[in-house]
Amino acid sequence: MTQPDTSTRSLIIEKEFPHPPEKVWRALTESSLMEQWLMKNDFQPVTGHSFTLRREPMPNWNGVIDCQVLAVEPCRTLSYTWGTLGVETVVTFTLTPTDAGTHVRMEQSGFRPDQETNYKGAKYGWQKIIDGLERVVAGLE
Amino acid sequence: MRSTADNLFKALSDPTRRAIFERLTRNGEQTVHALTERSGVSQPMVSKHLSALKRARLVRNRRHGRETHYQARPEALAPLVDWIGNYGAFWQDRLDRLAEVLERMDK
Repeated sequence: MTQPDTSTRSLIIEKEFPHPPEKVWRALTESSLMEQWLMKNDFQPVTGHSFTLRREPMPNWNGVIDCQVLAVEPCRTLSYTWGTLGVETVVTFTLTPTDAGTHVRMEQSGFRPDQETNYKGAKYGWQKIIDGLERVVAGLE
Repeated sequence: MRSTADNLFKALSDPTRRAIFERLTRNGEQTVHALTERSGVSQPMVSKHLSALKRARLVRNRRHGRETHYQARPEALAPLVDWIGNYGAFWQDRLDRLAEVLERMDK
């Protein structure tokens, strides 16, 4: 599931949906639909738009994920930053039409080298990550 | 690999151990004595904590005369990054929900 690498680490999940790309795109980009499968949000499909994803607050975590839209290519690509626990990752959805519907590739590209240096340097990052472990565990349900 | 990650999380689950590790990361190599003086716990306890940190490969030690010197290995935190791979379970779950939403749409 993960591909450890010296430069970046990312998570890729692929899934095929028996629905046309236009419909999948709506579910990925319409705020009310996103809330039904992802989280509460104030998303807008506009490059540069900053938004938040919100879960119920938990002890030591306000439940907020800070995001910014990086790329919007209707029915093809959606990309946004995903900032939480002091670490910023990038989430990218890539849609490809298939005979049966739509193939969706979700990639969350993780720690960039500078962030990794950061947490290895133990100055800011790692403590935040460790502090955040319980929060993430809770968040993953 | 599995047991290394387990040892890592276990080692970091204790605040005293985290404090010792953090001190070594910040101040460089130190003797057990020096660590004991500032930890507020007994030397046997400090040694026990250091053993746990060593099992997790978070520290390495060397003997010099009668003293044992400990040094942090922050690179041993790497499994934490892999642990973030647990996001996989999160996204699998969310994409399953997405499939359900798609089923409900336009009905």
